[in-house]
Amino acid sequence: MTLPPTPAQTVGPFYGYALPFYGGDEIVPATHPEAITVHGYVFDGAGAPVPDALVETWQADQHGSLAGAPGSLRHDPVTSTVIGRDGVRFTGFGRVPTDADGHWALHTLPPGAHRPGATPYLAVAVFARGLLHHLHTRIYLSEHADALAADLPALAADRRATLLATLERDRLYRFDIRLQGEGETVFFDFQ
Amino acid sequence: MTTQHEIDAAIAKAATGGGAHHPARDYPPYRSSALRHPKQSLVPVVDPEAVELTGPVFGVTDVTELDRDLTLGHHGEPHGQRITVSGRVLDRAGRPVRGQLVEIWQANAAGRYAHHLDQHPAPLDPNFTGFGRCRTDDDGAYAFTTIRPGAYPWRNHVNAWRPAHIHFSLFGTAFAQRMVTQMYFPGDPLFPYDPVLQSVTDQSARDQLVAEYVHDLSTPEWSLGYRWDVVLDGPSATLFEDGDR
Repeated sequence: MTLPPTPAQTVGPFYGYALPFYGGDEIVPATHPEAITVHGYVFDGAGAPVPDALVETWQADQHGSLAGAPGSLRHDPVTSTVIGRDGVRFTGFGRVPTDADGHWALHTLPPGAHRPGATPYLAVAVFARGLLHHLHTRIYLSEHADALAADLPALAADRRATLLATLERDRLYRFDIRLQGEGETVFFDFQ
Repeated sequence: MTTQHEIDAAIAKAATGGGAHHPARDYPPYRSSALRHPKQSLVPVVDPEAVELTGPVFGVTDVTELDRDLTLGHHGEPHGQRITVSGRVLDRAGRPVRGQLVEIWQANAAGRYAHHLDQHPAPLDPNFTGFGRCRTDDDGAYAFTTIRPGAYPWRNHVNAWRPAHIHFSLFGTAFAQRMVTQMYFPGDPLFPYDPVLQSVTDQSARDQLVAEYVHDLSTPEWSLGYRWDVVLDGPSATLFEDGDR
């Protein structure tokens, strides 16, 4: 038995008071000694920044475990407000809305290989007003460029490059998401 | 300025495609889609060990029992008609999605969002913000208490109005099952005019976005009951996974 799926609809422009949560951008604290920061812009087909996009990430921990942990939206039991993660458990889940200038930034740990020999990456879902059905892409850190090329040999090098976060300085990576046009990001369909 | 008549014609033209469950990302009647859809084909992935076949987990620290009632948390009662919306979250094999996060957000009874960028002339309600969360139970069931949202105007074209709807964000056991969608109310006369709903060109698929009024879910002297089940799409690996999830 397979049931027909419920169709997707756009996240619209007004998710901002509902979906973003305190600490959504800090899978680990930015001050964690091993933290990396991944940041970038979301651009539309005219090269304009997208100020109402939402970027979500899911990843393995440093040892490659995909078990995750609860607590991404930990509540204060007294006030019932979301107070962020406990700083101990690695939940693996990040959620960042873009700023008015289309920019987003995420603090996390570099993912480990999720199975022996696997190329680590951050799984990404992108939502936006104007996007009727969200998109999946991946963030590969630049040190894994060769492994990525071996994993996706059918993909042209310039397209593959859109999946690489480039190192701007120590522990700071840049990853832009281009929804359309020149340099369009590679998006995936899981079959 | 684009008229409703022109949008109607564009909806009729795009409707000839049909067959697909999900909206095409390139859907001209929804004008904001023009620059925000990829032109390259999606790259297929068949990998039973992909990171996307697992996903984030949520627990008792992430959601409180009060989060499912959108009429709470303010000094007074919100304006509008109190309703409940409940249903089950299933995967395509019909199995319940257990212990997963469901998030909703919506306009108030007058059709206005508690969002700085929604400035259309309808009143804000000091007793209604309009977002809630819950976790599905062992049957995949979720339930919210809220007020019925109003329809509202938007600027896709002249005299564009969105039918009343509640936004839903859902997680499956796999990140590849992630879903954001909208739930509509039965019999809304705005359905044929709305390019967002009409972006789903298959009638039976579109019907899946419309909740059912269920009289037995109404509470005497208190609330009207709607039921809406959600089936999460996902790769075939999520259909055949072993074990009872």
